[in-house]
Amino acid sequence: MANKNFNIVITGVGGQGLITLLDVISKAAFNKGLDIKTSELHGLSQRGGSVGVYIRFGKKVYSPMVPKTQANLVLALEFQEALGGLEFANKNTVFVINNYQTPTLGESASLKQVEDNIKLATNKIFTMPFLSICEKELDNSVVVGVAMLGFAIEKQALPLTKEEIIEAIKETMPEKFWELNLKALELIKE
Amino acid sequence: MIQDLLKSNGKAILLGNEAIIRGALEAGLQFVSTYPGTPASEIGNSFYKIAKQANVYFEFSTNEKVAMEATMGASFAGLKCLVAMKNFGLNVASDSLLPFLYTGSKGPTVILAADDPQCHSSAQSEENSRGFSYLGHIPTLEPSDAQECKDFTKLAFQLSLKFKTPIMVRLTTRVAHQKMPVVLGVLPKPKAFLAKFVRNQKRFVTMPPRVLEMHQELLQKIKDIQKHAETSIVNITINQKSKIKNQKYKSKIKDGEAKNAGIITSGVAYLHTREAMDLVGMEAPILKLGFFYPLPEEKIKKFIKPLKKVLIVEELDPYLEKEVERLARIVNPKLQIFGKNVLPEVGELNPDNTAIGVAKLFGKTYNPKIIQPTKKLKHLPRFCTGWPTCPYWKLYAAVKQAAPQGTVFGGDIGCYMIAALPPHSLYDYLISMGSGVGIGHGVKKALQISSGQAQKQKVIAFIGDGTFLHAGISGLMNSVYNKSGLLLIILDNSITAMTGHQVNPSMGKDSSGEEIEPVKIENIVKALNVKNIAVIDQEENYNQLVATIKEFVNSGETSVIIARHICGLLAKRQEKAKKD
Ligand SMILES: Cc1ncc(C[n+]2csc(CCOP(=O)(O)OP(=O)(O)O)c2C)c(N)n1
Ligand code: SF4
Repeated sequence: MANKNFNIVITGVGGQGLITLLDVISKAAFNKGLDIKTSELHGLSQRGGSVGVYIRFGKKVYSPMVPKTQANLVLALEFQEALGGLEFANKNTVFVINNYQTPTLGESASLKQVEDNIKLATNKIFTMPFLSICEKELDNSVVVGVAMLGFAIEKQALPLTKEEIIEAIKETMPEKFWELNLKALELIKE
Repeated sequence: MIQDLLKSNGKAILLGNEAIIRGALEAGLQFVSTYPGTPASEIGNSFYKIAKQANVYFEFSTNEKVAMEATMGASFAGLKCLVAMKNFGLNVASDSLLPFLYTGSKGPTVILAADDPQCHSSAQSEENSRGFSYLGHIPTLEPSDAQECKDFTKLAFQLSLKFKTPIMVRLTTRVAHQKMPVVLGVLPKPKAFLAKFVRNQKRFVTMPPRVLEMHQELLQKIKDIQKHAETSIVNITINQKSKIKNQKYKSKIKDGEAKNAGIITSGVAYLHTREAMDLVGMEAPILKLGFFYPLPEEKIKKFIKPLKKVLIVEELDPYLEKEVERLARIVNPKLQIFGKNVLPEVGELNPDNTAIGVAKLFGKTYNPKIIQPTKKLKHLPRFCTGWPTCPYWKLYAAVKQAAPQGTVFGGDIGCYMIAALPPHSLYDYLISMGSGVGIGHGVKKALQISSGQAQKQKVIAFIGDGTFLHAGISGLMNSVYNKSGLLLIILDNSITAMTGHQVNPSMGKDSSGEEIEPVKIENIVKALNVKNIAVIDQEENYNQLVATIKEFVNSGETSVIIARHICGLLAKRQEKAKKD
């Protein structure tokens, strides 16, 4: 593959905290002295519309956008939005999918349809009810992204350690949120 | 991040928009005016938080024209100024902006304009602010990443000081909303401001015949800046030989294909170009232009002279391509020019569509094996759900219940744009800030002066509190004055929500967050001689709202309902802030 950078695509719907997640991951990569480029979207899509953000890190990153077929990791905070990550997938791409659905107006897809579609590209799919676990165990839904990140690290799906993420959480979030986020990071391992 | 903006030195991850702020602060910024608009909104939002600490004056002006004028005045009085807005803001500001180039700046001044190719966060049009560079002779720089956002802004202040002209820095979404590690420079020590307005009619009064001399002087200035641009460090040549690195292609491509090819690009397109070269496995010399206007023509001529083929990689309209064509006729008439024939003119560039163009330059194709979703699903934006509720749910329910069949619904710009989408699918037109009532007047007038059934058709226009104060007042006044008799519903959620919840004059806080006496929209409406006025909280008095819509829309007079209920998301945040 031409590209040696690590490429993450995060998809979901506006209001799910994608940008906070982006900040934590890029800070962790930054602390390792890596070059980073990210791209995020603001505005109308933040009102519950489909959103996608990109994080790329490595020795030298040019474009802030992940080229098609070049994602190493796709985090989908809503399962239908996992399809938004599909064009970035190749046979080695890992998908971590939140088994949670918000209604689309018009056509929708079942989890099985989504997974079958993704399997055309890769078999490395991990689907869990991250949101309901967070709600049940932590009484909080905002940290679902961090829980998914912790899970992805357990699965060795990205070249960052939990220690590095914890450091980044402490640097990017106010102290009152640390405990909750650290719990979320360790919450789901299997 | 915002907390890094005032860091003394070192490196920090900054958003492109934050890097603009940092560059301005490093340059010794004193005065900032802005009006929110994505993708430029974070500039105002961040200054709102840090201005005091950063020792700068900051204001959310009431619209972009006023923001431009505020900065012009402060510049005339000698302060270092930044004025920031999105592309459409430049349209609003242009009436004062163009003469500003004639007078020039006194205190160094930077104009930040943010475009949004692909319309990620814009309705209206896929506007390209580069057109204004030509229209107004505005020297324009185009950074491609966050580091350049900082460095170019700083440089823009130096250029403005040297040439006494405002300098425009133009961003696009993928620059403004890009993050990367930025090497910070030194922040100057805070100094007392020493503004002084020195009367100089020759300079600040643009009356004929002097105005023609000013035009002449401006053209001369641009020539001087062009000379400067020829050697400026922001226009760089990456002198890699054109070659094919990809073994797969090497054997298949005729030798000549790779020889003497080059690429000219600028802004974020430069980053996509570098990425595309990696994807395609080919290299070529690149001329990366930091100056969009005026262009370093000699430098471009020198670059294209030895080439057989050149590819121009730019988003939206082919401004650079046309200039290169013109210059090639002088120095290299046989040059084969690739541009919009291999790259899209609509929508943004990305590494993939750029790679297709780059491959074509070498006579190849680029098509990676992309698995497409079998279903194209999309979550459409919708009014916020949860509690406290978005006040627009009830409002539009009432409208649907009350409006007579065949009513023409005029949309405007704000969160309530969402009512254009399913399930509401309400608006019959939606154009630009303030135009809901302005166009509604024209529609209603046309119906009114026609014979038959048309006269009975009703028009209901909508506008938010933010948009009403920005550009709605004159439209409403026109409807009263010229008696079209439409119904305007002002959605007063007490905030400018869409762009990230900025304060505005009707919400009781000024640009520094201090409590003020709010502007009462009903007082303005009254002063315009609107006879039928009602202020209704749709959550409290739903039935009254339905009845009033029916009454007013049938009254034949220009009428106004102010539907006042706080934005749900704002209420949620205020509750949370109280708890914490
Ligand atoms: C000339 C111009 N400037 C800025 C914008 C960006 N913009 C989009 S919506 C909006 C304001 C919306 O505020 P309001 O009318 O109060 O509606 P709300 O979002 O609160 O419902 C702005 C400034 C624009 N579209 N056009
Ligand atoms: S931000 Fe406020 S006004 Fe906009 S949709 Fe949400 S609740 Fe409604």
